[in-house]
Amino acid sequence: MNHRYRNPLSVARGLGSSKDGLGHWWKQRLTSIALVPLVVWFVVSMIALAGQDRAHVLNWLHSPLHGLVFSLFLIISLYHANLGLQKIYEDYVQVRWLQLSSRIATNFAAVLLAFAGVFALLRQVFGG
Amino acid sequence: MPMTMRERPLSPHLSIYKVELPMLLSGLHRITGIALSVGSLLLVAWIESAVYSAEAFATLNRFLGSFIGQLMLFGWTFSLIYHSVSGVRHLLWDTGRLLEVKQIHSSSKIVVAITIVLTLLAWILGGGFPGGAS
Repeated sequence: MNHRYRNPLSVARGLGSSKDGLGHWWKQRLTSIALVPLVVWFVVSMIALAGQDRAHVLNWLHSPLHGLVFSLFLIISLYHANLGLQKIYEDYVQVRWLQLSSRIATNFAAVLLAFAGVFALLRQVFGG
Repeated sequence: MPMTMRERPLSPHLSIYKVELPMLLSGLHRITGIALSVGSLLLVAWIESAVYSAEAFATLNRFLGSFIGQLMLFGWTFSLIYHSVSGVRHLLWDTGRLLEVKQIHSSSKIVVAITIVLTLLAWILGGGFPGGAS
């Protein structure tokens, strides 16, 4: 990054930002913006599906539009959730090994959930 | 690490501040974010059961229709709507708008009002609580 703007002593001490704060911030904004219309779509869809039987839900999920938008919602919201949870561990979990293992476990869980969800959704679009 | 580490300044602890709506809402944004992260397990379970197993889908629906299930779903609905409305306010803040103290107080009330209205609306339209879900 811009070492020109930093006091040489501060560089020597190695304190201050040298991590991924800006990248994290930006990804969180991007996913937030994407989630605004997706959440509206999701809430409206869930209201329409509430109380319906399985055949109706499966038929609804069979539509490529529904399956793909649902997949998008799932991927982006889990990515966004993972970003937020990483910050929460950084802020509140002081014990180093616990913080690191929480972060790793959450990363894995987010990928696993997204993969499992999207796989099921696409199976319903292309098969089912 | 250098030998000459100085004590770095700390921000004051939460307990010295007067409790006000904007600070409660700030905390609530994180709490609802955590709730939604946990809730994503429920969402994925719902998708999996719908696609793969009639029995699992029926079991999950029975649970969601129970008192605890309905309470969880209501909390989930509230969390999603609050976090989204509050999130939009965060995006507005990021553009440099509404950052005066007065505006933060008034927009806090607006966020609460919109959240209550939309949560109740979603819940009524979805047919929750009386009689339970199917």
